[in-house]
Amino acid sequence: MTFAELWTGYLWPLIVIVAESLLLLVLLLVSIAYVLLADRKIWAAVQMRRGPNVVGPFGLLQSFADLLKFVLKANKGVFLLAPLVTCTLALGAWAVIPVNAGWMIADINVGVLYIFAISSLMVYGIIMAGWASNSKYAFLSAVRSAAQMVSYEVSIGFVIICVLLCAGSLKLSVIVAAQDTRFGMFGWYWLPLLPMFVVFYVSALAETNRPPFDLVEAESELVAGFMVEYGSSPYMMFMLGEYVAIATMCAMGTILFLGGWLPPFQVAPFTWVPGVIWFVLKALFMFFLFAMAKAVVPRYRYDQLMRLGWKVFLPLSLAMVVIVAAVLQFGGLAPKG
Amino acid sequence: MILPALFFYLFAGVCVASAFMVIAAKNPVHSVLYLILAFVNASGLFVLMGAEFLAMILIVVYVGAVAVLFLFVVMMLDVDFAELRQGVLQYLPVGVLVGVVFLAELLLVAGAWVIAPGMPQAISAPTPSTMTNTEALGRVLYTQYVYYFQAAGLVLLVAMIGAIVLTLRHNPKAKRQNISDQVARTKETAMEVVQVKSGQGI
Repeated sequence: MTFAELWTGYLWPLIVIVAESLLLLVLLLVSIAYVLLADRKIWAAVQMRRGPNVVGPFGLLQSFADLLKFVLKANKGVFLLAPLVTCTLALGAWAVIPVNAGWMIADINVGVLYIFAISSLMVYGIIMAGWASNSKYAFLSAVRSAAQMVSYEVSIGFVIICVLLCAGSLKLSVIVAAQDTRFGMFGWYWLPLLPMFVVFYVSALAETNRPPFDLVEAESELVAGFMVEYGSSPYMMFMLGEYVAIATMCAMGTILFLGGWLPPFQVAPFTWVPGVIWFVLKALFMFFLFAMAKAVVPRYRYDQLMRLGWKVFLPLSLAMVVIVAAVLQFGGLAPKG
Repeated sequence: MILPALFFYLFAGVCVASAFMVIAAKNPVHSVLYLILAFVNASGLFVLMGAEFLAMILIVVYVGAVAVLFLFVVMMLDVDFAELRQGVLQYLPVGVLVGVVFLAELLLVAGAWVIAPGMPQAISAPTPSTMTNTEALGRVLYTQYVYYFQAAGLVLLVAMIGAIVLTLRHNPKAKRQNISDQVARTKETAMEVVQVKSGQGI
């Protein structure tokens, strides 16, 4: 093999992929810094507080100050592996997320399954942290999280199956393209599959351990849950992984239910705006819903959480899979495969 | 061709090494973590073969659900492996026997695979490029093998019912949460407003 073949075959694509990944990572991490700030600001606004407002104008540099503090304030094995796993997995999911037509690092055939697989692996970070911390609170939190995340994954799986039935593909870009109908934003799957959108939103809250389902780190019972023994950089990686996972769920909701990068209507003023801006706006809207849930809903009790997952969402989403499949098959609406 | 071969040896090497560590690790929790590493590498091998659907399902089902339960149980049980190792030489012949039987079975299956009449054509037949992996699997599973597929589902259902029946203990003394009672509470039944004069108490 000559050098030219090596260059065009492997080296140049490698450089392109690395550059794309770096660009995505930098943009994602900067967005996460501000999403984190937005979370604190929205919460503060609901409770009529000011929130972080000291570092930079309106507290805009708060997240970076936190980062500096975590890195500068810097033990072993599984204990350190746990935050690394959480952080790496959360960032890895973004490799397949299309932010605009053709704007993704890898458009794989099983994109939805890939994200689903990654979100099902996220539980390991928490279990490993809880076990390796060798403390009762952390361990109880890990046990809780394992049960909670596995339970809600089941209903997220059925929600995804409903969307797949309508779109006829596991490819994320095809799922978005399938929502491009003449009804504009009313043809996106949030309206035809409204019950599933609600189930997805609530399950995503539970899957990412967000309030009102943050029983994993219920401070009144478990101090700070699985994170209680962590400090400085490992703690920051947990925090980062958690917020990136939330951003992934927002992006996932945008792609599955809110039409991804599509404009609300395919007419003049809307089509001038680039698709990536629509994508970001929709993902931010999803995040706003997440942040508001944290501010206005009190924490669930653990038995209520389990009841909701297994006795309400599971039968509901199973029934919806059957109904959606029947309507598509007998209504002649099934996508041509 | 360099890159796929390189990745094959990477995945295969890590897979075998972590499979060895599953039985060699001192701590049972580390054993399960090595098992997970082996699963993930096996799914990497699936991806290299172009079976991306199987790769993802392997991760979702085995790593995301089954291994979580393994880890859960192993963390709860306080197994002392050093104690278990005491009689290892005593059980070694039985272990070797089981290993040999497994190896023989594997060889038989692989041998049957190689010498079966229609196999060379089936292996060399090109994968239809117009069809994705998922679609191809679905077409076979829901047409040719639909009854076997349903039968497999029924077997799993029986196993699930069996597990529930074995673990369900109905204790009449246990206090249970009744959600409809809790939701049906009103202000009148749940709250009593009392005007207390200072220094008197209720």
